[in-house]
Amino acid sequence: MTTVDSAPGTTIPPRPVGGRPPQRRQLTGVRTTDMLALVGALAAAFCTTGLLWTEVSPFSGLIGYVVMTWFLFVLYYAVLVSFDQDGPAVRDRVVSVIVHSLGALVLLALVYVIFYTFFRGWAALHHLNFFTQDLRTTGPLSPLTQGGVRHAILGTLIEVGIAMGISVPLGLLAAVYMQEVPGTLSRFVRTVVDAMTALPDVLAGLFIYATLILFLRRGFFGFAAGCALAVTALPIVARAAYVVLRLVPGGLTEASYALGSGQWRTVWHVTLPTARSGLATAVILGTARAIGETAPVLLTAGVSAYINFNPFSGPMMSLPLLAYISVQSPEKAEIARGFGAACTLLVLVLVLFFGARMIGGRGAGQLTPRQQRRRALGSRRDLARFERYQIMRPPADQTGYPEEAEA
Amino acid sequence: MGSGGFAQDEPISIFPEEPEPFEGPEFGSSPQTPIKLTSRLSTSDYAFRAIARGGGLLVLVLMIAVGSFLAFRATQALGRAGFSFLTTQDWNPDGGKFGIAAMMVGTVLIALVAICVAVPLSLGTALYISEYAPRRIQRLLVSMVDLMAAVPSIVFGLWGFFFLEWRMTSLSRWLNDWLFWIPLFKVNGVTRNYTGPTATFYTSSSFIAGVVVALMVVPIATSIMREAFSQAPAGEREGAYALGATRWGMISAVVLPFGRGAMIGGTMLGLGRALGETIAVSLIISPVFIIQPHILQNGTSSVSSTIALHYAEATPFGLSALFAAGLALFIVTLIVNFGAAVIVSRSRSGAISEA
Repeated sequence: MTTVDSAPGTTIPPRPVGGRPPQRRQLTGVRTTDMLALVGALAAAFCTTGLLWTEVSPFSGLIGYVVMTWFLFVLYYAVLVSFDQDGPAVRDRVVSVIVHSLGALVLLALVYVIFYTFFRGWAALHHLNFFTQDLRTTGPLSPLTQGGVRHAILGTLIEVGIAMGISVPLGLLAAVYMQEVPGTLSRFVRTVVDAMTALPDVLAGLFIYATLILFLRRGFFGFAAGCALAVTALPIVARAAYVVLRLVPGGLTEASYALGSGQWRTVWHVTLPTARSGLATAVILGTARAIGETAPVLLTAGVSAYINFNPFSGPMMSLPLLAYISVQSPEKAEIARGFGAACTLLVLVLVLFFGARMIGGRGAGQLTPRQQRRRALGSRRDLARFERYQIMRPPADQTGYPEEAEA
Repeated sequence: MGSGGFAQDEPISIFPEEPEPFEGPEFGSSPQTPIKLTSRLSTSDYAFRAIARGGGLLVLVLMIAVGSFLAFRATQALGRAGFSFLTTQDWNPDGGKFGIAAMMVGTVLIALVAICVAVPLSLGTALYISEYAPRRIQRLLVSMVDLMAAVPSIVFGLWGFFFLEWRMTSLSRWLNDWLFWIPLFKVNGVTRNYTGPTATFYTSSSFIAGVVVALMVVPIATSIMREAFSQAPAGEREGAYALGATRWGMISAVVLPFGRGAMIGGTMLGLGRALGETIAVSLIISPVFIIQPHILQNGTSSVSSTIALHYAEATPFGLSALFAAGLALFIVTLIVNFGAAVIVSRSRSGAISEA
């Protein structure tokens, strides 16, 4: 790519005589021409599309208008920039505009989906009875001042609790196994877990439906839904936890081994505490995923309109299922209930998500200021303890510290 | 290390020229023989390993049980249908005519639409977050993408069903008007001069379902791509800038080649998710069991939504047929996911994000 010039010295091009005095180039910041090009291209694109839409061709629809405007905008912008920039700079500008608008589109879509759900659900949400009643006396035609989703909230919490009670300990144990006990078997477990993350969620529901529901012949019940969610969540939790455990710096564990501690002690006192925040994030995100799954619940939990505390008998409603069923009704109130249930679900997910961000969100070994203070305090305490040892023991005895009692 | 006392003219080496003979006979005759290290596991370590192995095996058994149960229940239907299971379009297990041809085509088309929409979006978002966004809001943006992955699919489904579906029809009409000569964008019954009410031709199509599924694919693909892009080596980036590259020049010469494996892998992982999506798809599409190659046209079918809609009234044999369809879907998803995993791990970055 680079050919070395054979000229012996550095060639300095002669400065043009009588030209403008050299100006310092501005490398950063926004120039006026850039802003003008942006605004001008946008205005021109908007107007051209308007012309196309109203005068030239029978187009219609807002989305089409926006899409057309955007394409014209990029085109005009490229032309405007090419007036005073060369090829690579034009390409750079155009790509920059495209990347910015794609990023903005995705974030807008996310924000809009969330706001739209709240907007449609507000009709149901602002009645307090929506959270304090169930639907046992409420039909599709009842007004929104009657009935609520208390049974579905409770059902969701119980089912997800069961699912997490099964999948979190097992998933973490499997992750520790995959990380700490190497070998053919552990690689095989890892492959199978990887494969099962590909299991479509509806198949987990179908599996539990065919085993627990049809085999036991006792109808739908909440525990089955918990199991179905656990089958969905188990590979996700195991894999995410494994990824987190792998990020624990090798120096820490090796230091622990070098100090003479065994594997169990290293895992319990070094690996797991270091990865704690990451593991919490993995677990909470797994929970958020499990809460939002509709298909496994649809196949296993059944539909009910009343509160059921017992997960082992009788159908148990859950929020995503309630939303799914309600919105298929033609009644306005029922659709509003469906959106209200979706909002409640979304709030649960948001709470979990921000909880996860508060606990985790930092890499293995990075400590909050409070954790750092606590750790410094602990190590000062250790130092004081060692000094007490020195005082109690005669200095001639150099055998070291007494052996730790075997657990 | 310990041999610190060399004078300047002597060659510096770890091993001295003349190795001093070792004193102890237990080290063997030659100093080159490695010392045998044996470690004895303590009781607690044995217990730990046993428990961990037990947990791993339990997970293994569970997962294999699910997979083999699927295969076991599917054999009855597969045995009766034989090869025609792959070629029949109809879904009428109790009448003896059933197959996944229509469903699989619908599933794949929906997933492909989702991928075609999601890949530019996630590539742009990943590049924006890792290269263009101001440092201050980078972490916030990453959190937002993660949040998008955690939003329940029913919420996206509701949005697609109530908001997007009727607003997309004009875009569908536009695509149909101008691209009707491509078979994929053809719609039976509508020509460019058709002036009657057209919206119902375009609702419940694989195109709309695919766009909604794309929103669920975007966060998965974005987080994997962003992870890889942000790991592109700083030295090479600065090298590109020092050679006079613009920002896009740097990205296309350094960041994109570096993240190519992750781009393919992230896309394929997203494809896996798109193939298995159930609820949003079954809210939007209206099931039709004929091969529907026109993505803009009303009516299509997908494997997972068929399972969700038909499990309740299925006879034992019908259930077996559903299991067979599910098994086919699982195998396709599995192939896609393993391909993704292999590609991601072979790429230079080796960044496998949590799924």
